[in-house]
Amino acid sequence: MVDNGSQPSCHAGDIAQQQQAVNTDLTCLIVQLISTAELTDGTVGGGIEIDNVVEEQDTKDVDEGGDAGMDGENLPPGSYELLQLEKDEILAPHTHFCAICGKGFKRDANLRMHMRGHGDEYKSPAALAKPPRDASVENAVVKRYSCPFVGCKRNKLHKNFQPLKTILCVKNHYKRSHCEKSHTCSRCHTKKFSVLADLKTHEKHCGRDKWLCSCGTSFSRKDKLFAHVALFQGHTPALPSEEPKASSDQAGLVGSQQEPAKLASSIDSFMWGNSLSNDSALDVKGLESCSDDFLSTANYGSFNFSFGRLDEFIGSSSESSFAMLPPDHFQSAQKRGGN
Amino acid sequence: MAMAAAAHHQPKRRRFSTSPAPYAATPLDSLADELLFLVLDRVAAADPRALKSFSLASRACHAAESRHRRVLRPLRADLLPAALARYPAAATLDLSLCPRVTDATLAAVSAASSSSSCLRAVDLSRSSGFRAAGLAALAKACPGLADLDLSNGVDLGDAAAAEVARMRRLRRLSLSRCKPVTDMGLGCVAVGCPDLRDLSLKWCIGVTDLGLKLLAHKCKNLRTLDLSYGMITKDSFPAIMKLPNLEVLTLVGCSGIDDDALSSMEKDCNKSLKVLDISHCPNATDVGLSSVVKSISNLSELNLSYCCPVTPSMASSFHRIANLQTLKLEGCKLMADALRSIGKSCVSIRELSLSKCSGVTDAELSFAVSRLKNLLKLNITCCRNITDASLASITTSCTSLISLRMESCAHVSSEGLKLIGKHCHQLEELDLTDNDLDDEGLKAIAGCSKLSSLKIGICLKISDEGLTQIGKSCPELRDIDLYRCGDISDDGVIRIAQGCPKLESINLSYCTGITDRSLMSLSKCLNLNTLEIRGCPRVSSSGISEIAMGCRLLSKLDIKKCFEINDVGMLYISQFSHSLRQNMTIIHLAGISPNGLIAALLVCGGLIKVKLNAAFKSMMPPHMLRNVEARGCVFQWINKPYKVELEPCDVWKQQSQDVLVR
Repeated sequence: MVDNGSQPSCHAGDIAQQQQAVNTDLTCLIVQLISTAELTDGTVGGGIEIDNVVEEQDTKDVDEGGDAGMDGENLPPGSYELLQLEKDEILAPHTHFCAICGKGFKRDANLRMHMRGHGDEYKSPAALAKPPRDASVENAVVKRYSCPFVGCKRNKLHKNFQPLKTILCVKNHYKRSHCEKSHTCSRCHTKKFSVLADLKTHEKHCGRDKWLCSCGTSFSRKDKLFAHVALFQGHTPALPSEEPKASSDQAGLVGSQQEPAKLASSIDSFMWGNSLSNDSALDVKGLESCSDDFLSTANYGSFNFSFGRLDEFIGSSSESSFAMLPPDHFQSAQKRGGN
Repeated sequence: MAMAAAAHHQPKRRRFSTSPAPYAATPLDSLADELLFLVLDRVAAADPRALKSFSLASRACHAAESRHRRVLRPLRADLLPAALARYPAAATLDLSLCPRVTDATLAAVSAASSSSSCLRAVDLSRSSGFRAAGLAALAKACPGLADLDLSNGVDLGDAAAAEVARMRRLRRLSLSRCKPVTDMGLGCVAVGCPDLRDLSLKWCIGVTDLGLKLLAHKCKNLRTLDLSYGMITKDSFPAIMKLPNLEVLTLVGCSGIDDDALSSMEKDCNKSLKVLDISHCPNATDVGLSSVVKSISNLSELNLSYCCPVTPSMASSFHRIANLQTLKLEGCKLMADALRSIGKSCVSIRELSLSKCSGVTDAELSFAVSRLKNLLKLNITCCRNITDASLASITTSCTSLISLRMESCAHVSSEGLKLIGKHCHQLEELDLTDNDLDDEGLKAIAGCSKLSSLKIGICLKISDEGLTQIGKSCPELRDIDLYRCGDISDDGVIRIAQGCPKLESINLSYCTGITDRSLMSLSKCLNLNTLEIRGCPRVSSSGISEIAMGCRLLSKLDIKKCFEINDVGMLYISQFSHSLRQNMTIIHLAGISPNGLIAALLVCGGLIKVKLNAAFKSMMPPHMLRNVEARGCVFQWINKPYKVELEPCDVWKQQSQDVLVR
């Protein structure tokens, strides 16, 4: 393999930073060279090694033709100018450099803003304006790019070579295909990406694919699920915890059926005290005799367990609650209530 | 009534007779079921408790009663299987008296499913303790369930809603205050219950436009929809309004209903909508409302209470609603001439509420009522600027009024109030609370012989003389409010109790003159279900015991600050008042010992909330409290002084007016 592939270029950022310090002079030189070249040729772009290999390509790829172009364009080889950036340039954090101090920028607009600090001549509207491209676009040949990785389909030496359209394409392609994937998703911890933007796109949706339909389709967005449910008859939103609940359903019923009995017995024992057996207590309000007593509208005379037991339970205070009611008074009350 | 009494007496004798009764001898046995059912219907209508007596008469009566009963309102949830076995024809299961219904209880319903298969309605609105598993059992047991009330299920979430969605024949569903329910749960219900007619999503704050749009798409049969206090916005409002059969739409307190939402309906119109309630929507203004009324031409009731100021242009836009019957503008600010244009544009309305409106003047109100010839109900509570002039025009132009509510109209004099009795003889409901009413006015009001509800609280000038007249000539009276009428005494209450046998509710709070004699006479009003005697210091346990024995339907009792009521009274209440199922407040009662309290708590198994003085907490055994709590009762411990001095009524009124002025 070629050194490009085997080298751990994932640390490109760090290396590039180190290199940047070392190579500032060098890059300055290059930039200056290119700016002079721009003046003469009218070509745009900084730090680019220009390869005029069009003639070589011409003979190679003429049979396969450009119809296999994945980008959907059908440029016949030779109708464009082919450029190939080197690895260091691709991974360099900056592409625009100040001609005076050598500071790097990602965008030329930022560079222009920076240049204002270097003197009044950079503050003129002409210097601050976007460089006119009209003249170059009209007569300049279309530019395409080649990946520096030998053996890659995007490399100009490949049999079915397909060129890359822009420098950005080159950068993303090179990082995605030939660099280590150093950015790991913080949600799933399995997906890795070499381009930070890819990670961010993934993280937006990672783990969010929770909107389920009863038909088994899952959606990343709730409105998509609801549109789906509205569209199809009989489809219904499915709750994520559907499966475990179905199994626990039966167990819940079996287990809970014992609950009232337990509760009732505990109430009884506590109401009547330990000295009384639970059975006698239950006889007072047996199920059979009670089935009509507990209905709200048919319940008079039904309440006739004595309070004596209650008193025992509460405590043998002489001021027991029921002692306040004289027995005959109570009897008469019951009779009157019955009428 | 006579029949009820007959059915009432017979079983009692039989019950205590020693010889086994010859069942065939009962003439009722030979009757066909249909006739027996007719008898039972009448018996139940006269006195619901008579049904039990009937069923005890003979074996055949017992069986007939078992087949007849359609509604079950059990007091104890744990006996539900036995009840369902005995009443196989029961179609409605009302569990509102069982504060605690567990999953196991609902599973037991499914165990007795052979009988419960004809259950059509289940009310779980006041119960807690069940979850999705219980609802799953219910859905399995009652495939024909059409009416389910899950209101107040604050811990019911999407899982529960998904189980509800299995009840495919559901027509009425209430999910009020089921706050954990989200769009997912609502989506399940919308897909699972296509027949839904009546749905309440009040306080379902997890439901958003997405779920509502799906609901509007799937449930085309919806007639009644309550989305109060929800998250509806202009995204789903048009979809909801386009429901082809929607008749009642309630949108109380929806802050998402703004002018954008209301005007988004402009192009479409809904011919079916009858009732629209947009009260308490803070973001709706007259612009949006004027535009929405264009699209709902068949409306009959419009509620804009506490919504936005009423402008004349908005009021005149109501003329597009040709059949408007009811207009509620409570708490609204009426701009100048707004009431006038209501009078011009809403000629057909029968009910107008201007309660707590500001800007109601004599001139405008007189003009409006002179145009609104069909008015039957008028509410001018707290319209403080109106005087006798308004009342004169109301009584002359709306003589067929059946309801007039004019609490706290301070500038109306006793002479003006006399006009009511002179002209409005059709009145059934009259609220004169906090007015300048005197005995002469009360005598005039006694001319309204159809009166069924009379509220004359804080009318300090009335006395027994006026009440006697009311008792003589208003036999239909069901509800009377005598709150803080300090001058009345036992004689007046006795006249009311004797003259109004249909009395259901009486408020005697802070009528310090009344004693046990009043309660004894009130105990003859068998239909009494609400008794409020807060702050009546001369009432004692013997009076309460009479009430407990006589008024067996009593469901609400307020005895706060009745210092003479002690354990004996509590025991009687616990013994007889089985219907007392709601809340119980005992804070200032001296002389109640823990024992009496415990007895009452144990027997009243349906208590939901008990407010007690904190002093009781240490006196009651903790396991007792745990037991009561396990049945679904919530304790609230109040830490207030044990005895507070009662103030005379006129002092109290003066103080309350001072507060108002400030």
